[in-house]
Amino acid sequence: MHPAPSVIVFTTLSGLGFGLLFFLGLGMPEVTGMVAFVFYLIAYALAVGGLLASTFHLGHPERAWKAFSQWRSSWLSREGCCAVAALLTMGVYATGAVFLQSHWTLVGALGAALSLGTVFTTSMIYAQLKTVPRWNMVPLTPALFLTLSLAGGALLAGQEGQAMGLLTLAGLTLLAYWHQGDRAFALSGTSLATATGLGARGDVRAFEPPHTGTNYLLREFAYVVGRKHATRLRVIGFALAIALPLLCLLLPVQGLMAKHLLAALAVVLHIAGVACTRWLFFAEAEHVVGLYYGKR
Amino acid sequence: MTIQQPEVETSPPVSDEIRKTTCYMCACRCGINVHMKEGKVAYIEGNRDHPVNKGVLCAKGSAGIMQHNAPSRLRAPLKRVGPRGSGEFEEISWDEALDIAQGWLEPLRAKHPEKLAFFTGRDQSQSFTSFWAQNFGTCNYAAHGGFCSVNMATAGIYTMGGAFWEFGQPDWDHTKLFLLFGVAEDHDSNPIKMGIGKIKARGARVIGVNPIRTGYNAVADDWVGITPGTDGLFILSLVHVLMKAGKIDLDYLSRYTNAPVLVNRDPDSDDFGLFLRDDHGAPLVINRATGQLAPYDMHGVRPDLNGTFRMGDVTHVSVFRLMAEKYLDPQYAPEAVADQCGVPATRIRAIAAEIARVAFDEAFEIQREWTDFRGETHQTMRGRPVSMHAMRGVSAHANGFQTCRALHVLQILLGTVEVPGGFRFKPPYPKPATAHPPPHCRVTPGKPLDGPHLGFVQGPEHLALLNDDSPARIDKAFTWENPMSSHGLMHMVISNAHAGDPYKIDTLFLYMANMAWNSSMNTRGVMEMLTDTDENGEYVIPHLIYSDAYSSEMVAYADLILPDTTYLERHDCISLLDRPICEADGAADAIRWPVVEPDRDVRGFQTVLVQLANRMKLPGFTAEDGSAKYQDYADYIVNHERKPGIGPLAGFRGDGTETGRGAPNPDQLDSYIKNGGFFLNHIPEEAQYYKPWNRAYQDWAVGMGLFDAPQPYLFQLYVEPLRKFQAAAEGKGERQPPDHLRARLKQTMDPLPIWYQTDQQGNDGFTVSALTQRPMAMYHSWGSQNAWLRQLHGHNPLYVPTRLMRAAGLKDGDWARVTSPHGEITVPVLEMAALNDNTVWTWNAIGKRKGAWALSHDAPEATKGFLLNHLIHELLPPRGDGLRWANSDPITGQAAWFDLKVKIEKAAPPDGLSESQPATPAQTSPIGEGPKTLTWKVGK
Amino acid sequence: MTDLPHTTSRKMGLVIDLDTCVGCHACVISCKGWNTENYGAPLSDQDAYGADPSGTFLNRVHSYEVQPEQGHAQLIHFPKSCLHCEDAPCVTVCPTGASYKRVEDGIVLVNEEDCIGCGLCAWSCPYGARELDLAAGVMKKCTLCVDRIYNENLPEEDRQPACVRTCPAGARHFGDLGDPGSDVSQLVAARGGMDLMPEMGTKPVNKYLPPRPKDTLSQTHEQIDVLAPFLAPVAEDTGGFLGWLDRALDKLPGGSN
Repeated sequence: MHPAPSVIVFTTLSGLGFGLLFFLGLGMPEVTGMVAFVFYLIAYALAVGGLLASTFHLGHPERAWKAFSQWRSSWLSREGCCAVAALLTMGVYATGAVFLQSHWTLVGALGAALSLGTVFTTSMIYAQLKTVPRWNMVPLTPALFLTLSLAGGALLAGQEGQAMGLLTLAGLTLLAYWHQGDRAFALSGTSLATATGLGARGDVRAFEPPHTGTNYLLREFAYVVGRKHATRLRVIGFALAIALPLLCLLLPVQGLMAKHLLAALAVVLHIAGVACTRWLFFAEAEHVVGLYYGKR
Repeated sequence: MTIQQPEVETSPPVSDEIRKTTCYMCACRCGINVHMKEGKVAYIEGNRDHPVNKGVLCAKGSAGIMQHNAPSRLRAPLKRVGPRGSGEFEEISWDEALDIAQGWLEPLRAKHPEKLAFFTGRDQSQSFTSFWAQNFGTCNYAAHGGFCSVNMATAGIYTMGGAFWEFGQPDWDHTKLFLLFGVAEDHDSNPIKMGIGKIKARGARVIGVNPIRTGYNAVADDWVGITPGTDGLFILSLVHVLMKAGKIDLDYLSRYTNAPVLVNRDPDSDDFGLFLRDDHGAPLVINRATGQLAPYDMHGVRPDLNGTFRMGDVTHVSVFRLMAEKYLDPQYAPEAVADQCGVPATRIRAIAAEIARVAFDEAFEIQREWTDFRGETHQTMRGRPVSMHAMRGVSAHANGFQTCRALHVLQILLGTVEVPGGFRFKPPYPKPATAHPPPHCRVTPGKPLDGPHLGFVQGPEHLALLNDDSPARIDKAFTWENPMSSHGLMHMVISNAHAGDPYKIDTLFLYMANMAWNSSMNTRGVMEMLTDTDENGEYVIPHLIYSDAYSSEMVAYADLILPDTTYLERHDCISLLDRPICEADGAADAIRWPVVEPDRDVRGFQTVLVQLANRMKLPGFTAEDGSAKYQDYADYIVNHERKPGIGPLAGFRGDGTETGRGAPNPDQLDSYIKNGGFFLNHIPEEAQYYKPWNRAYQDWAVGMGLFDAPQPYLFQLYVEPLRKFQAAAEGKGERQPPDHLRARLKQTMDPLPIWYQTDQQGNDGFTVSALTQRPMAMYHSWGSQNAWLRQLHGHNPLYVPTRLMRAAGLKDGDWARVTSPHGEITVPVLEMAALNDNTVWTWNAIGKRKGAWALSHDAPEATKGFLLNHLIHELLPPRGDGLRWANSDPITGQAAWFDLKVKIEKAAPPDGLSESQPATPAQTSPIGEGPKTLTWKVGK
Repeated sequence: MTDLPHTTSRKMGLVIDLDTCVGCHACVISCKGWNTENYGAPLSDQDAYGADPSGTFLNRVHSYEVQPEQGHAQLIHFPKSCLHCEDAPCVTVCPTGASYKRVEDGIVLVNEEDCIGCGLCAWSCPYGARELDLAAGVMKKCTLCVDRIYNENLPEEDRQPACVRTCPAGARHFGDLGDPGSDVSQLVAARGGMDLMPEMGTKPVNKYLPPRPKDTLSQTHEQIDVLAPFLAPVAEDTGGFLGWLDRALDKLPGGSN
């Protein structure tokens, strides 16, 4: 799949944003006033910024509001509904925290659940697609999105203890996702033989594409990333998203400043790492349509 | 839960009006419905009533709207201001353009009409353009047949009075086995596709004989991936096997062919190899009923296939005995030809057996009474459901004429021509070579030529030679080098004119032929010849006038451009006098008419010719009082009469109800338009088969004006005119060939079909056959200017068989250097398994010169696309005999495109870039480049 | 509405005959022409005369080489457009309800007024049947010519999709695949019509007729034996042949004297 920057930015940032909102909603940290304001500013900037970025790939962003209507069947619609519900709920909760120094626990819990639900719906947009076997892995794909979102949220929320556990969990999930994803296409049973129905006659080979010119499908689906390149990026992504932030948290340093600096570094490394793995999430995903074009 | 769904308008208005005209996106001439919205062309579909396409339409036809609106359309007459080839022009008025043309042409006509060479490419108005040339007085006229498929057409006419495509078609309704040889996928394209679909729906089988398994061959039930140039050998092997098994139609052969005609066998006789004839010139046969000599057409005669006759010392034997001697020879046994053809002997036998099985075991009768030319009435029509079709693939070899002959002879031996289930002619065919005029070449300054330029020679006496035996024509058509060149040799015109051989010309006038690019062998050489200057700095070919609707590569090389209209803006007639569009059951012709008016300063080329003729007061265009007979082409179409009562269009003559013959009808074009743009007159049922010998057909044809009196004839298994050239080469007769051609004439002009290996001199080390095909969705160079079609074929790889890919260490997308004795190209490759394993090929005419066709300079056509033409020369490599031999068929002069042999090796991408080599420098576009984005919608 | 109907009254669709398709692209361009001028936004082209031309097409013809265990490789032309699946994933993923499957005939359509151009439906389609038009920003797909097949402004025989009407080889058939008695259903039954990617569970309405067996002449010894009698020689040399000829001519009507 074409690794579109808008979608990478969206899933990376909004994942983090909603992860942070999740922790804020649960009162971790239980902040108020100006400090709360800054926390919520960061959370909303990430979540809303991500959502806005996602509209860049729409043909008609001005009609985006119509996307709230199909929540009964469409995960994308559910994501929109859930995101708005989460942002509104957490907005109420944030108002309490910033201006009224109050933490309305029930509202916060609801907001936290909705935030996590948003990340889940996002993940299901991909996980539901039988056409992309590498994504079509439940629960692995949602688990990946959720654990990364939570780990990032914990980092941002300064919840070092949880962060270490969640980072470890996210790391394990990531490894499992890659391991299983590499087998997914073969396991899906879809091949050029089933795509053309000609498999029983002999070996089927895509001879020529229909047009010598390119098209939307090829631009969108047929993205080839070299195996070596992918392996290198996996190592880098894993290091940045998981290993190095863990190291930052584990390093025994003295002084609050150094600790904060390391935590900030961990956040930055983590974001870069998630973006890197998210790039791979798209670039390595093979759409079955590629079979028709002799590409995977 | 109830489903709510939007309301869709399921009955929107389709168009304001449908205008029915004839397509010109290729040469097939299908009927089209042009849907108009607000006076603009909105959508084009096939015309269901039309005899050619019956409603269907190919990709090209459906993309006509993008051709009609192509940014490559020329806008106004152009005068060259830069050097030839640069493409630098200024727009001028039509008055100035016609003044210039008249200024060049009129003095030539007065003194040396032959110094005008007028060649018209993919012209569909040849009966008109030849009439113009004839009245101008030049002998130098032809269209593009010489580099297309003249072998097929000429071999067919000499053998049986017609060939494929315009001449005839399989009996799709009855055939059960259909064999295709070397088909060009753009020739007769919709009818062949429709036919294949029709017979496959019935479960009938298709056998494809072609080195490349694409298109029709891809859907063939059996594919014979033959070695290019060996089709003739394969066919003669089928003949061998079928004859040996007695699987030939003896009754048919004795009645309808010259198989029983007696041939002089005395080598010392002046008439050796010629027919024994009576005092009226009728060939004689032995009447099996009496054992006596009899004219072939005598009432009640039973011509004896096994006849012999001794007259004095001279033995005469039947043609069929000669054939038995020749084709039963073991040299044609499948085992003997298998390696050369690249087809296993078992497969040749299996195919022969299948042909025999279907032709004889599945023979059937149609209950339809008919009377033959000898007066015998038959109660039924016997069907033999085997049919064949072939086109340029077998034609464009230096042994193509004899190969095509072999194919026609195979059909005749099986008795499958003009019978139900077999191959059927379309009016005005069948028409034997003897019913066509011979060529004419006598030039008289200020006067018309002595007759039509092109025709069919019956012997050396008809060659187009001057008194000193030098060629009369610039293309050397109808000379000893290629005596039966019935379509001329357009591909030799530029090189001969450049060389001044046989003489120099003054003005080259071309229409719709991209000679500076894909329509020439040796493209770069042709570009150099067109720009070459003499010692005075003048161009060697002094004047070049070109007419085209689009900014082609050829435009850049002309001095004067006469911009043509698109096919939707013009009048045309698809005439029975020309290349008609008939079907086997009826005679048809059609028109084009301006369904929209041009929005640019362009004129239909034929109208421009009328205007030039009127300025020069050419005889056929000028009334006795000196006034112009015709104002424009439409006027000519309606009012011209070839013979009294016979005009370009056969329908709605006289008062509008007369057919075939009748006075000009001023409302004729309106009647055609009302009738859907065409006219169709059905052949009566009893006349629909056995046409060459069927009295009812002959009478119908006379009534239609196709000919003036019944002209039944025999199929010519043995072609006597060929023998006459052979005899001349043996020293017989007055007109004698030059000595250096005697051996070749003796070998190749065999009156019975033969196969010979084409000249391999200079091919040492070049062992791989290289071919081109035309994609079904493109027509010569036109498709690339079409925004829809160019997305299908924007560049062309070289398709290489798996074996050669492995041998050269190539993989898809690699670049290969392909070399021939003449040149070298570096091009991208693509593996193909369904391909003869010693053949490479590519799509024809996809590669474009930068700056042409209003494409951007970095268009894939101009960067990755390439032409194989660079590897092909119009002459064969030198033999060391001081002579240069043409790369063409020695009988017809047909360009031997497909004799090309190459070698292939892996190459780095040229210059480290991704451009095919050789790259030609850009030409300046006189009309700029096309727009970036298209969102085409006429309505709303 | 993106819920799929439980059943549709009819299942209109195409049957594509891979045995007959010669790969001419007539259907591709006819479709482009009709749908540029009709339903919804025109099918646009980008860089139409430039280096990288690309455009929206609702129907494209692929080609595949099949190498059987024995014998020659085969080339199969393979037209592909929307299969109007019974269980169409492109419909259920649509967030706005722009994509829907019609209850009356099962045609899958995009209501361009509601389409936000998110592309998710194209992602969910295993067949590559949907293309986002870059100029209009909306998803385009085969409409089965819903504006032709019921169009009262067209003569009755023209009320079929443009691709079917134009196909020169007759390799495309249109009809109700929900009616077992229809011509298309009969054709599918007779020729073993198949689904593409059945494992996707999309239940395509369009069916493909597989190519008939190829290159059967002389592939087997049995066949050579069957055909051999047709080629039994009448004689071994020319003399013998002429003797046979005389006898054969005598047997022709009126041949004997």
